[in-house]
Amino acid sequence: MPPDTLSDSPESDVTSAMTFKDTELTLGIPGEPTRSPAGKFCTKRGFIETVDLNLGTSTSKPRGKAHADEVDDKSDDAVSGACKSTASKTQVVGWPPVRSYRKKALESCKYVKVAVDGAPYLRKVDLETYNSYQELLMALEKMFTCFKIRGNYLGESKVVDPMKEMEYVPTYEDKDGDWMLVGDVPWKMFIESCKRIRLMKSSEAVGLAPRTPPRCTTTT
Amino acid sequence: MSKDDDRSPPLDLRGADIAESSSKTRNCVTGSGHVTGMNPMEFQAPYPDQVLENVLENVLQFLTSRRDRNAASLVCKSWCRVEALTRSELFIGNCYSVSPKRATARFSRVRAVAIKGRPRFADFNLMPPEWGAHFKPWVAALGSAYPWLEKVYLKRMSVTDEDLKHLAEYFPSFKELVLVCCDGFGTRGLAVIAKKCRQLRVLDLIESEVADSDMDWIGEFPESGITCLESLIFDCVESPINFEALERLVVRSPSLKKLRLNRFVSIGQLYRLMVRAPQLTHLGTGSFSLAEGVAHGDQEPDYESAFAACKSLVCLSGFREIATDYLSAIYAVCANLTSLNLSYANINAEQLKTVIFHCHKLQTFWVLDTICDEGLQAAAATCKDLRELRVFPIDAREDSEGPVSEVGLQAISEGCRKLQSILYFCQHMTNAAVIAMSNNCPDLEVFRLCIMGRHRPDHLTGQPMDEGFGAIVKNCKKLTRLAVSGLLTDQAFSYIGRYGKLVRTLSVAFAGNSDRGLKYVLEGCPRLQKLEIRDSPFGDEALRSGLHHYYNMRFLWMSSCSLSPQGCREIARALPRLVVEVIKDEAEVNRGECEEHIDDAFDILYMYRSLEGPRDDAPHFVQEHSKQKQGIGLSNIVLLIIYPSMKRWRFGLEELEVQNGEFTKFSSMPPVEKQELAFTREKKKNLVCLF
Repeated sequence: MPPDTLSDSPESDVTSAMTFKDTELTLGIPGEPTRSPAGKFCTKRGFIETVDLNLGTSTSKPRGKAHADEVDDKSDDAVSGACKSTASKTQVVGWPPVRSYRKKALESCKYVKVAVDGAPYLRKVDLETYNSYQELLMALEKMFTCFKIRGNYLGESKVVDPMKEMEYVPTYEDKDGDWMLVGDVPWKMFIESCKRIRLMKSSEAVGLAPRTPPRCTTTT
Repeated sequence: MSKDDDRSPPLDLRGADIAESSSKTRNCVTGSGHVTGMNPMEFQAPYPDQVLENVLENVLQFLTSRRDRNAASLVCKSWCRVEALTRSELFIGNCYSVSPKRATARFSRVRAVAIKGRPRFADFNLMPPEWGAHFKPWVAALGSAYPWLEKVYLKRMSVTDEDLKHLAEYFPSFKELVLVCCDGFGTRGLAVIAKKCRQLRVLDLIESEVADSDMDWIGEFPESGITCLESLIFDCVESPINFEALERLVVRSPSLKKLRLNRFVSIGQLYRLMVRAPQLTHLGTGSFSLAEGVAHGDQEPDYESAFAACKSLVCLSGFREIATDYLSAIYAVCANLTSLNLSYANINAEQLKTVIFHCHKLQTFWVLDTICDEGLQAAAATCKDLRELRVFPIDAREDSEGPVSEVGLQAISEGCRKLQSILYFCQHMTNAAVIAMSNNCPDLEVFRLCIMGRHRPDHLTGQPMDEGFGAIVKNCKKLTRLAVSGLLTDQAFSYIGRYGKLVRTLSVAFAGNSDRGLKYVLEGCPRLQKLEIRDSPFGDEALRSGLHHYYNMRFLWMSSCSLSPQGCREIARALPRLVVEVIKDEAEVNRGECEEHIDDAFDILYMYRSLEGPRDDAPHFVQEHSKQKQGIGLSNIVLLIIYPSMKRWRFGLEELEVQNGEFTKFSSMPPVEKQELAFTREKKKNLVCLF
């Protein structure tokens, strides 16, 4: 059973302790079987939830020495003992207590605007719905090669000239306001930091684009 | 005061039918098993009680509070009867506490029904999805008992499309359907409701999961004529709707006051609806951003004037994918708003300030923590009338940033003295701020603080959060609901038990040190009705300490605590009218990850009082430890069967054992002559006589 996320390392700085691996979100059950000495403290995996969250280290020492006499020593040991066995991958179902409906709704705040040089219209994509650069780029390609607005929303349909993939370079603006090349950082980090996407004409993307053209699959 | 039925009838001959009904009550099975029939030659005239009952009926009709009604029904049988006749709103707090049959048998003139199902912790994936709380058995019973039914309110129930279809079919006068946190149905079911319920005034879907059956349910509303629609809330429906049909519907619904759109409605579409419905009082704005493929242009409608035209608007929500550029459109209505829900809007402090600055009358405010402490300070400075505040986390994880803290809480406590209810998610908190709130906001009835990091102490002093919560229960004399978090020792629970005399609902997670903690609460809080505990070190001994109280509670939930199966069985044995469910995490068992897994170890204890005994729709992973089975309530029944013969009585003794509603043992003694039968004390208790 997965244990508490109480860490043994006291007052560790959260950001320095985390590596990329730690920040990686994965789907699936935690792989490491853990002992549960008391059995009862430890948190349980849920019935639906399978996302494995790394909950990292807490910034303050959970059980301060000041109140050691109040705390049941036995339970303290059990908890810290359980913690020792799993350093990073832990998971608590249903905590914090936010309904999945709300969580899902707020997740879709990952909408970013996509602009294409030369096109007067913007599109929005929900980065959360993709799992990799490949998927995102394929979707963008689809979006801009046959660009039709769905009839039941506006009652009009517009078509934009299909773009030639070779000529455009996907770039994005990150949290700090810098323009980066899409694909530079790991996917998860990209989702966290991407504010908006711009498909730049490769002639303009001199400072960013590599010599080799970006991946392209189909044309018109 | 009228007594029971055995009084002599009066001379008043008015109402022979009353006599009829009173005589019916005489045909009851008394303790000795006599079934007395009525000799048709006997005349039953109405007796004084009947006159009183008529008066009572007229008086009790005015009693609306269900607590008052419950009290009135306990006075005597006559009052119980009359109260049952005059109760028009039936509230079932736990769908398994009473069967549909029993409820409809007692209350014959109900027009509105409210039923609650799953326990609240099920919302957080702590309960398997197929656990139960099905509306199906209810809809069937309601259908036959109350063909005039007008309103149905369901919370945390599983409702199928079929159930909705039956609702529409059984109840021609059906007016209001409110589904809160429900699931199991989809747009197909909604379509039937829209189509068939011609008297529909209210269709409110609140935080429910609605499957997308690809049906244009909005289009199923009658296409012509004025509708009586007053409220249409569907912001939780996660599928696109037929906007043209909605627009036409709004035009045909002059009584429409509440309209909450889902996120598939763009701001442009919102505009079109608003200009057609300026009478709205409650508006959910949908996505509040441009439709896909549309860019910011010059041709945009005048959103500001559309809002300004809604002079009666008092409640604003939605903003599901907010384009913050448009936020200024709502300034015109802010001054009138009493309720503002921005809890899906990712806005910062600056953006909030522009809005909140105008909201002097605000009483209810739901918001995301992205506004930071600064945003809360702004709210505190302006919203002097605030009664309810909810601050939700944009990033609901234990180690996320935590943009709000004790600073925001302190500011709110200082600015909003009339606060009655607060739900506050944060990463860091101090006892000082919580104590300040306890002093500044004496009207607090609901205090729910969620420090997202488990076992996290006061981040300035390193102390447990005991003193903060202690101050809340001590100083807030009206407190009825409390949710605790952070590092808490048994001391915190000692405070709750000592001072929390009005607390009805308590939520505990990752708290306490020992059984003492739970004992304090169970022994100290006489009004406690709903107790939900997870991942806290409370064991069997603590559980035992609540035996005196469990019948007065709606439910107790304990998951991942230190209980044992024996402990639960003990409770079940001691309290036959309690249903004791233990639920296992089967997934874990199957994966074989728990090496030390004892066979009947479990994860969740969920127990509740019930008149029906263990439910018959319990899925396989639920084990019932209840003693009471199938209404008889006894596992050993001794039947005294009297065989009348010409000259003498013969007695027969049958011994039956009932388990799970089935007879499992049957032994009989040969018929004996009339003689003293020496029953054991045990058998006498179980004696049931039948002829």
